[in-house]
Amino acid sequence: MWMKVTGAALGAMMLAGAVAAQSCSDGKTLTEGKLTIATGNPAYYPWVIDDAPESGKGFEAAVAYALAEAMGFASEDVVWTRTSFDQAIQPGAKDFDLNMQQFSITEQRDKVVDFSAPYYTAPMAVLVRGGGDLSASLDALKQLRWGVVASTTALPMVTETIQPDASPLVYDDNANVVEAMKAGQVDAALFDLPTALYLSAVVLEGGQVLGQFAPDESANPDHFGALMTEGNPLKDCVDAALEALKSDGSLAAIEAEWLQQATGVPLIE
Amino acid sequence: MNRRQAHEAAERRRALTIAAVSTGLVVAAIVLLVPLAPGWPAVRASFFDGAVFVQTFPTLLKAFLIDVMIFAWSVPLICALGLAVALARGARAPALFPLRIFGAVYVDIFRGVPVVLTIYLIGFGVPGLGLPRPWNSPYIWGTVALVLTYSAYIAEVLRSGIESIHASQRNAAICLGLNERDTMRYVILPQAVRRVVPANMNMLVALQKDVALLSFIGPVEILRQAGIYKSLLANFTPYVVAAVIFLAITVPATRYADHLLNKDRNARS
Repeated sequence: MWMKVTGAALGAMMLAGAVAAQSCSDGKTLTEGKLTIATGNPAYYPWVIDDAPESGKGFEAAVAYALAEAMGFASEDVVWTRTSFDQAIQPGAKDFDLNMQQFSITEQRDKVVDFSAPYYTAPMAVLVRGGGDLSASLDALKQLRWGVVASTTALPMVTETIQPDASPLVYDDNANVVEAMKAGQVDAALFDLPTALYLSAVVLEGGQVLGQFAPDESANPDHFGALMTEGNPLKDCVDAALEALKSDGSLAAIEAEWLQQATGVPLIE
Repeated sequence: MNRRQAHEAAERRRALTIAAVSTGLVVAAIVLLVPLAPGWPAVRASFFDGAVFVQTFPTLLKAFLIDVMIFAWSVPLICALGLAVALARGARAPALFPLRIFGAVYVDIFRGVPVVLTIYLIGFGVPGLGLPRPWNSPYIWGTVALVLTYSAYIAEVLRSGIESIHASQRNAAICLGLNERDTMRYVILPQAVRRVVPANMNMLVALQKDVALLSFIGPVEILRQAGIYKSLLANFTPYVVAAVIFLAITVPATRYADHLLNKDRNARS
């Protein structure tokens, strides 16, 4: 008997929760009843599989749908759009409620836009090509010629933590860094670990992830957050929903499902 | 001062006054009306942040030296190759027909292909064939790409200059006993080059800006450095700094070129 009561109470609570969440975001989204989420163009594995966020496959796509559900949106009420990094930070009205494309939360960026609580903490990893004779020590890394992507926080990481002898070369996107590695113009590149694993396994022939920097060890760990316009009232709802996903373990489950290969890469001391 | 001169002076004063008033009105409209727009504070914070300007200026100026360097060593190469191709296209002897074909194909290809593609293809592709360091440097192959593209443009400009010289000049030179080579060297080219100086100045200003495209293959020049700051600070002011630095060079350069041209024209008329 009491089980039935508990079940009913639980049901009532869940209903109340759903109603509360729905009312939290009421009137705060671009289109009433819809949640517009932006991702990159193209969106990369393993964040979005096959550049199709609508499938809910890939870490960020899955987080987006879980987040929407926790905020009271059905999955068909999630609308996808695409933006570049620059469109995300430009002044003026935006055409998305949330923007999820591995935005690292930094203090300076936070002045211009709002970030949700972090949904992933990415360790930085070193990608090399055919690095059989390289060791994952900071001294060895200093002597390499580095390449990084301009819009990432990898650049300050290279110049401040690794402090290489030669100044790093900087590129527009992952594909260009890989091409420069093939051309022998750079020896090593710094990416977040999931991206580095993907590039080494699929894109860069002979690629190898030499090692990773522990996320909690660096002074400024790379937290990914969903980007919103500055002062967006939706932020509280998003943070509450993320908190719920964290405490019931579903965020960890999504991470385990899509980013599980991230274990077993040696740490750089 | 006679009556006619007095009238002309009055007309000039009147024209100057009208020009000054209308310019003043337009400037005042911009200065007064733009800040009234509701989004102006956000735009000002994103594009005209004084603190960011001061913070990024020294590094951007240093990065600009890389542009100047690449420009400086590219220009002589471009002029030399451009002249060679123009002469090849204008070769008259039947035995030199292959040279004419080569010139035409060269110009067609490098004028028709986007500069960016040439830079990627030469900058990543040639070193990718297996060149050892330092011969695979992006500076070397990026310069080669710029020289190939711009010499095609310059060649066409020079050829039009050469063809604009009246046939009587050539005939007169032959009557004086000059051979084909000396006719070109002492009669045609000096006149042709002078005629196309404005068009070539235009090309140089365009080149000055296209040097920044080399950042696609790694070098951290001023636009790339501005892009790095943009992503770190989530602010577009560094691009404004870059624009100011560019203008500080190109505006005086074009004015000086205009001045030289006017002097040359006045001297000849």
